[in-house]
Amino acid sequence: MAELLKKGQMKPGAVAEAGSMARLNTGTWRTYCPVSDLEKCNHCMICWLMCPESAVQVEDGKKVGTNLQYCKGCGICATECPVDAIEMKLESEMSEDEKKG
Amino acid sequence: MATTSLKQLCEMPDLLSGGHAACPGCAGPVAIRQILLAAQQDDTYVVASISTGCMEVSTTVYPNSAWRIPLFHSAFENSAATISGAETAYRSLKKQGKIDKKIAFIAFGGDGGTYDIGLQSLSGALERGHNFTYVCYDNEAYMNTGIQRSGSTPKGAFTTTAPAGKVEPGKRQRKKNLTAIVAAHDIPYVAQASPHRARDLMNKVQKAVATEGACFINVLSPCPRGWRYAPDQTFQIAKLAADTCVWPLYEIEDGKLTINYKPREKKPMLDWLKSQGRFRHLFTPQNEHLVEEIQQDVDREWQRLLTLEAMGKETAQ
Repeated sequence: MAELLKKGQMKPGAVAEAGSMARLNTGTWRTYCPVSDLEKCNHCMICWLMCPESAVQVEDGKKVGTNLQYCKGCGICATECPVDAIEMKLESEMSEDEKKG
Repeated sequence: MATTSLKQLCEMPDLLSGGHAACPGCAGPVAIRQILLAAQQDDTYVVASISTGCMEVSTTVYPNSAWRIPLFHSAFENSAATISGAETAYRSLKKQGKIDKKIAFIAFGGDGGTYDIGLQSLSGALERGHNFTYVCYDNEAYMNTGIQRSGSTPKGAFTTTAPAGKVEPGKRQRKKNLTAIVAAHDIPYVAQASPHRARDLMNKVQKAVATEGACFINVLSPCPRGWRYAPDQTFQIAKLAADTCVWPLYEIEDGKLTINYKPREKKPMLDWLKSQGRFRHLFTPQNEHLVEEIQQDVDREWQRLLTLEAMGKETAQ
């Protein structure tokens, strides 16, 4: 097929690079920001599984934080957390340091 | 061996990236990620097609794609026809010795693209018996164009084309029972699932992928915009759907029906109707009779499933 494309005998449809939406920033949609208490967290991974934005960051099977580039602030993680380790805070009232937490 | 263990799954590559444009609180991307994680394991790769719909417009905004698997979007009505072609080409290439990878073919469609517009192409693909799995994510209306009624919209729900007012009570007709229609094709595997019970959904996907022949999974996908509830409640709503038996979780393997979740106490339809703004108008004196009708419809379907399950057990003995 690559040969046909080169010869101009075949026109490709609209082809998008796999996973290229990952470079977009949907964090600007957010009104409420999830703040995780990682000491309270029991790393059950329910928030990771239930997050529509793939925004829960995991390293070595443990939750390490939220990717604010993607998080739209829907609050599913806070509602589903079985140990209440996530709190949704109004982002406009938060300092930059608080957001990192 | 395919796994559904969360500790293992979270180490696997994420096959649907963030940065997509689905509304906050949408259950669609969650269902798709769970499905892809369950399907693309060990030596199996996934190739998918998707019909036009919420998940297509929000995850493939040109010139980008959120999918990290080969994905084909053709049109609204032919997700099943597209995957039939891909699967047939794969079989031919395999016969010719030009490909040796193991590929699971999955077609995605919303309720508009499955219950209504794509029903004939789905029916055709099921009848021809291609080796693929069709996944319908059912959000019960045409949500990406702004909440128009579909064959899947339940009775009494408000949509912009089945409005609620002084005369109209929202949609007058019942929801089409697509899972039963698909089961009538006598395909080897049919299931109904919901992303709030992730392990159940992922088990069903793995069963479907491992089954030779056409398989179908109908997945409930609560929609905060169209159903009118707060976005953080998505999986609580999904849970309520299972607890009120509005969305029974069951599977049919070679004609044998098993109900995978029976609520300890079947909750009344009132709980379900009151949880969402799209049913708000039902609680007026002129529409009260509808609540009773809706309860009867749900009870009848639940009873039908219980009977079918009992019949399957009897014939096995």
